[in-house]
Amino acid sequence: MLLELDHVHKIFGGLHAVKAVQLRVEPGEIFGLIGPNGAGKTTIFNVVTGVYRPDRGRVLFDGKDISGWSPAQIAGAGIGRTFQNIRLFRSMTAEQNVMVSGRRLHSAGLLATILRTASQADCERALRRRAHELLEALGLRGQAHDMAGSLPYGSQRRLEIARALMLAPKLLLLDEPAAGMNSQEARELEAQIRWLRDELKVAVVLVEHNMSVVMSVCERIHVVDHGETIADGPPSAIKTHPKVLAAYLGQEDSSGDAPRPEGEP
Amino acid sequence: MSEFLQQVVNGLSLGSIYALIALGYTMVYGILKLINFAHGEVFMMGAYAGYYSAGWLGVNGYEAAGRGFPLLLALVVLCFAMGSMALLGVTIEALAYRPVRSAPRLTPLITAIGVSLFLQNAAMLVFSPNPRRYPAILSEVRFEVGGVIVTNIKLAIFVVAMVLMVGLYLLVNRSWTGRAMRALSMNADAARLMGIDVNATIRATFAIGSALAAAGGILFGLDQITINPLMGVLTGLKAFVAAVLGGIGNIPGALIGGLLIGLAEQLTAGYISPDYRDAITFVILILMLLVKPEGLLGVVRQEKV
Amino acid sequence: MSASGLDHAAPVAPPAAPPPVPPLPDPPARPRWALRALVALGIIGALAALRIALEAVLIEYAQRILMLAGINVILAVSLNLINGTTGQFSIGHAGFMAIGAYAAAFLGTHLAPAVAALLGSGALADAVTFNLALVLGALFAGLSGLCVGLPSLRLRGDYLAIVTLGFGEIIRISFNNAQFLGAATGYFGDSPAGLPPYTNLFWVLLWVVIVILITWNITFSQTGRSLAAIREDEIAAEAMATPTTRLKVLAFSLSAAGAGIAGGLFAHMQAGIRPEDFKFDKSIDMIVMIIVGGLGSVSGAALGGVFVAVSLELMRDLHEYRLVLYALLLIGIMLVRPQGILGTRELPSLLGGLWQRLAARGTAKNASSGGAER
Repeated sequence: MLLELDHVHKIFGGLHAVKAVQLRVEPGEIFGLIGPNGAGKTTIFNVVTGVYRPDRGRVLFDGKDISGWSPAQIAGAGIGRTFQNIRLFRSMTAEQNVMVSGRRLHSAGLLATILRTASQADCERALRRRAHELLEALGLRGQAHDMAGSLPYGSQRRLEIARALMLAPKLLLLDEPAAGMNSQEARELEAQIRWLRDELKVAVVLVEHNMSVVMSVCERIHVVDHGETIADGPPSAIKTHPKVLAAYLGQEDSSGDAPRPEGEP
Repeated sequence: MSEFLQQVVNGLSLGSIYALIALGYTMVYGILKLINFAHGEVFMMGAYAGYYSAGWLGVNGYEAAGRGFPLLLALVVLCFAMGSMALLGVTIEALAYRPVRSAPRLTPLITAIGVSLFLQNAAMLVFSPNPRRYPAILSEVRFEVGGVIVTNIKLAIFVVAMVLMVGLYLLVNRSWTGRAMRALSMNADAARLMGIDVNATIRATFAIGSALAAAGGILFGLDQITINPLMGVLTGLKAFVAAVLGGIGNIPGALIGGLLIGLAEQLTAGYISPDYRDAITFVILILMLLVKPEGLLGVVRQEKV
Repeated sequence: MSASGLDHAAPVAPPAAPPPVPPLPDPPARPRWALRALVALGIIGALAALRIALEAVLIEYAQRILMLAGINVILAVSLNLINGTTGQFSIGHAGFMAIGAYAAAFLGTHLAPAVAALLGSGALADAVTFNLALVLGALFAGLSGLCVGLPSLRLRGDYLAIVTLGFGEIIRISFNNAQFLGAATGYFGDSPAGLPPYTNLFWVLLWVVIVILITWNITFSQTGRSLAAIREDEIAAEAMATPTTRLKVLAFSLSAAGAGIAGGLFAHMQAGIRPEDFKFDKSIDMIVMIIVGGLGSVSGAALGGVFVAVSLELMRDLHEYRLVLYALLLIGIMLVRPQGILGTRELPSLLGGLWQRLAARGTAKNASSGGAER
């Protein structure tokens, strides 16, 4: 078990945003977290990454209870994330953006930094090399020296993934990575997600509204609605799950972005 | 005991002045997330506006003749100062803050410091850097209650401050403008989409805040007897601390914060040392930030991630 | 770690057809200490020669302005580390300068006899006393930075501005009341002549070089990148495992220490120091310096420091109009060019870019990314 949410609750004033959610992610799994807008998906991400503290329940990662840890501690423990509303370091280059999260590779202290010692130079070189490898892997090779804020939307989303991967995470949380991508870009994203699981052995939790991406890439899907779990299982089971269909389609409305058996979102 | 009560009376009257100024900080911060550093200078200018307008109305003649300044004229002085400072506040907003409203938050902060510096130095040029004795807009009447000396000035300060604050409270909670202000401070984009005139609302906020600061300036002049062009720096700072203490963006909070700061200052001066009366405010601020950074009545607002 | 395949050394291949591995940018050169020592000696020699030359050529007034400019550069470059690079706004740095000045002056006065007993009295003893006093002054300023920064830097937003402002006032009030430091009259040391005039162009320039080097090396390192990330987006920086509070406090303390050095140099330029030398105006001067030059640029801050020293001197004849103009200048810059002259760019990279463009005209285009970060 890599990540476990044990009856997690999060309450904002009168809004019970997350209710007794229980979910488990295995190492190396590609896991989908879906639900209608406002179902509490991003809140769950924020609870896992320490932005919010769960009001009740526990978050276990790698056997440790991480509820109450700071975001930086949790990131250091091996959970990387991207943001729904892209949060890059906009006036830094793509390369610098990625290098920021490479603290693990950088053991040089303040004195070594001030004196520019050999070990500091080595750290810097290792950091830069790894950053370039990740940029390359996400198709951003030519944009390493461009300002993050000036990159096209799709590139910004992929740069966020590269930046999170620089943490050498065991678990990667992607918050709507395909948002704003065309279907060609979404196909590439699917390949990249599979690649990073296969090559980097990173477990991936995906919040995504593009059902074609979710259904094609996820091995297990967890569905929440109004902060509560309504289903958990493989894509085939989710597609036909009555509660899921009800949540997405409502009673009679059929225009929602419900999981469809195949095809475009 | 009576000495303690005396300090409390003095503290409450000083504190209600701080509260009046703190309202301007808290309203502007609530809406623009800007520490309006120039607000202390508006307070100072308000005191001078009262000084000069009282002069034009012949306050010195009344004083020389040993007669009290008519209450009606005192009200005219108050209204003139409040009106002219409302105008000044709106002008500052239009010239210095509106052009940089969408810039990174540091930019308007620096602009505000610039405006503050400009007003201070302009005041030193125009009004001279020397302290001025404040005219007797209210002639002092002392009376003793249980060993505590209370003056009509201290009472007036307290009463005027409370009346203005209740007025503001009603305005913000009952009027259309007030509703727009509250909407804007909660979510500027949504407010705009709902058809609220953002510029007009911000203008109203600056006008009201500046007018209250002007009233504070006159009361301060009456209380402290002299005024000078640099009086806004430290007083403004303390008033801002009062706003933070009460919970920034919160109107009753500004009142409570102001009164507490005033009390703390008087008690420190009385029981520890007058040298440290200015330092205590910042000690309180630092303690507050350590223990409850959102302020006494403030609510924690989570940044959307 | 490597068991789970997460080792950073693990080869990474792109998901699609793997294109050839791109050439890595030039790695930072490994330091050669002998060469560095030589360069350091060279710099010291050059500064000593420069001092002799400048003192021969310039009248005392011009020397004084040059020293003030150097002190301003130290102030601006240090303040820029927290205000520009990290984006946390301190507006009470005059307080740290005051602490550095008083600590250096006081400790210098009391250390001088001990140092003289060890080294005899002479130029060497003076140099040792002076630099020891400067370093101790910086240490005191840095420690007070730590005390102020720890509570206030945990919070987001502009509370730091108001706390530092209040702190600056508290410091001034304290010095105003500290009898052993001369209270409001100021501190003039033990001798009737006042504080020893240790500060000269050589020491000012040497410390300018040291402070710029340290700041530069921090700014262009993993630490500097992390500080900039905090400025850009603190929440994202935290999510990328950046210990934001620790780094902010570090930058703030270092920045305070730098202001302390400037204070020590300033103190030994004249017979004594008074609390009123370190009023709020002084903090504003520092902010103008970094804003004129460009927030976040080390070389920009240095330029701004020189600019403020010179322009304040030029405007001296305007007397009371001076500060009015100064305030209008500050507002004007914010309205017209809020990023300052250089923005976050650095002078060497701008000059390098110019050089490359000139070189490209002559020969074939020689692609180089070396100037991208510097």
